[in-house]
Amino acid sequence: MLDGLILKATMLMEMASNSQAAVAVTEATGSGLPWWAWPALLLVTCFGMGIVAVMAGVGGGVLFVPIVGSFFPFHLDFVRGAGLIVALAGALAAGPGLLKANLANLRLALPVALIASTFSIIGAIVGLALPTNLLQIALGITITLIAILFIFSQNSEFPKVGEPDGVTKALKIGGSYYEPSAGKAVDWTVWRTPQGFFLFIGIGLVAGMFGLGAGWANVPVLNLLMGAPLKIAVGSSKFLLSITDTSAAWVYLNQGAVLPIIAVPSVVGIMIGSLVGVKLLAGAKPAFVRKLVIAMLLFAGIRSLLKGLGY
Amino acid sequence: MSSQARAEKQTSAKVAPSKQAKAVPKIDVPPEQMAYANLLLYCSWAGIAILALTFLIYMSGLLTPFIPASEMPMYWGMSAHDFLAETGAPIGWGWLGMLGYGDFINLVGIAFLALLTIVGYLVLLLPAYLRKKDVAYTSIVVVEILVLSLAASGILAVGAH
Repeated sequence: MLDGLILKATMLMEMASNSQAAVAVTEATGSGLPWWAWPALLLVTCFGMGIVAVMAGVGGGVLFVPIVGSFFPFHLDFVRGAGLIVALAGALAAGPGLLKANLANLRLALPVALIASTFSIIGAIVGLALPTNLLQIALGITITLIAILFIFSQNSEFPKVGEPDGVTKALKIGGSYYEPSAGKAVDWTVWRTPQGFFLFIGIGLVAGMFGLGAGWANVPVLNLLMGAPLKIAVGSSKFLLSITDTSAAWVYLNQGAVLPIIAVPSVVGIMIGSLVGVKLLAGAKPAFVRKLVIAMLLFAGIRSLLKGLGY
Repeated sequence: MSSQARAEKQTSAKVAPSKQAKAVPKIDVPPEQMAYANLLLYCSWAGIAILALTFLIYMSGLLTPFIPASEMPMYWGMSAHDFLAETGAPIGWGWLGMLGYGDFINLVGIAFLALLTIVGYLVLLLPAYLRKKDVAYTSIVVVEILVLSLAASGILAVGAH
C-alpha cells in the first residue's frame, strides 16, 4: 500500500518536473516556438544568405554573424563559433577551383595568411573573454563600418603598380592568370607589401574576435593597397580565409563555443544557397542585391549596437 | 554590377576550367599549388558530407546525445563559459572521448575541416618548398604549422566573461 503511494507520488513529481522542464525550454526559446523551429529557421535563413552573398559578391560569413546574432536567440559566442565554421567551409570548398586557375596564388596568400591567422587566435581569445554587451557594441560598430566601406569602396580591376618593394622581391610575389576579356594571360605583381602585411594584423584580430569571414577587408587591402588585380585579390582572399579562420575556429572549438545544432544547419544552408546563387547569378541584378546587403548590414549593425547598449 | 561582384562571378566560373574554350593559353600553376587544390577538392566536400551525415544521426536519435536536442534552448542563450559549467561538457580535445554521444559525433566533421589546412601544409607544401630550397616559404610554412597546431592543441586558455 505504502509502496504504491510512494510510486504514485514519485510519478506525479516526475510529471511536474517534466512539465517544468518543458516550460523552461519554451521560456528559453523566448518565443513559444518548439525547439526544432530555430535550427529549421536557421537553415532557411542561411540558405537565403548563401544566395544573396554570391549575388552581392560578399562572403557569407560577414552576413551570418550580424544577422543570426541579432535575430536568433543564440548567445554571441555560439554565433561567432558557427560563423567561423561557415566561413571556413565556404573557403575550403571554393579553394580548389581558385588555386587551379591561379586566381588564388600561394606566394601571395601564404605570408598574408600567416599574419592573419596568428592574430585571429589573439582576436578569438580576446573575443571569448570580453563581456557580451561590450562585444555586442564593438560588433555593431564594426558591422556598421563594413556597410559604410561597402558603400564607398571602389575596387580597381587592374590597379597601377609601382616599383615592387624589397619584401615583394624577396618573396617573389607575383604570377599570371587567364583574363577572358583580354583573351590572354595577364602577368601581375604587387607593391607596398609591408604596409599590406601590417593591415592584416588588424584583419586577423577582427576575424577572430567577431567570427567574421574577412573578405570584406582582404579584398580592398590586396587590391587597392597592394595592387593585386581584382580577380587575384578576390580569389586569394577567399582562399586565405581557409587558413585565417582555421586558427580562430580551433580556439572556439576548444572552448566549447561550437554547438553542432547551430553550426551544421548554418554550414549546410549557406553551402546549398551559394550553389543556387551561382546558378541565379546570370539573371540577377547584383547592384540591387548589393544595396540590399548594405541595408541588411546597416540594420543588423545598428540593432547589435543598441542590443549591446541595453535598448 | 559592381567590379567586385563581377570578379566573384568570374572567379566562380573558373571553378570548372575544363569547360573553358580551347584557345585558353596555358597558365603556369606550381605543382604544389595543384596538389594542395586537389587535397581541398576531395577533403572539403568529404568534411561537409561527414557534417551532414553526423547531424542526421544526431537529429534522428540513432545515438543518444549528451544533451538532448530538445533541451538545447535552455543552453544556447548562455555564454560558452556558462554552458560548459552548467552541462559539464568537455573542453579541448575531451570531446574525442565522447564520440558515443549523438551531439559530440558532429565535431568529427568540424575537426576534419579544421585539420585540412595543417595536413596540406605538412604533407604537401613543406616537402615542396624544401625540395625547391625556398628558404622563405619553407619558414613561412613551418611557422604556420606551429601556429595552427598551437591553436588546435587546446592549450590556449580563455578567461571567463
